[in-house]
Amino acid sequence: MAERTMTRADLTEAVYHEVGLSRSESAELVESVLDELSETLIQGDAVKISSFGSFSVRDKAQRVGRNLKTGEAVPILPRRVLVFRASHVLKDRINGETTGTGED
Amino acid sequence: MTKSELIARLSERYPHLYQRDIERIVNTVFDEITTALSRGDRVELRGFGSFSVRRRNARIGRNPRTGATVKVDEKNLPFFKTGKELRERLNDNLPGA
Repeated sequence: MAERTMTRADLTEAVYHEVGLSRSESAELVESVLDELSETLIQGDAVKISSFGSFSVRDKAQRVGRNLKTGEAVPILPRRVLVFRASHVLKDRINGETTGTGED
Repeated sequence: MTKSELIARLSERYPHLYQRDIERIVNTVFDEITTALSRGDRVELRGFGSFSVRRRNARIGRNPRTGATVKVDEKNLPFFKTGKELRERLNDNLPGA
């Protein structure tokens, strides 16, 4: 079973078949969904999508890293990282279990 | 932001669309990603990030409270890696960056 990669084009196609929009409008809507998620996260706010998962932003403090080739210590600056936590519904689906509850 | 808030924001952005349709669009996006992952496929959304499935082998675990050994079955876990553009934009307005 070959592993495929789904892209924006596949999401656009699915939206196109689901709603009576043109392909270009469908593509724009997919982009807008990703935009809204990104903008919210950039503001530092979390995103919770029920039955899918949640995205949150975490602040990382500065720490000392090392250049593995030269052994020299280099500071890793403080930064913000994105953390995704999958919901149980998603975890169960990935393990081939269908969740009995009709949770949206 | 929750899914319903996401739908509300998109409705403001697309006042000519029915909210019902926007709801279907948002559900379709997350359902498609879920279905792809459940097939074992990857989902790559350039600039935003990629979702993939990582396999964890079966192992012998321990109940930390009682010390009893328990068999943990093999399982698949969803994994998200932030895309380059979003990772950079998250750090754009940091003083140190």
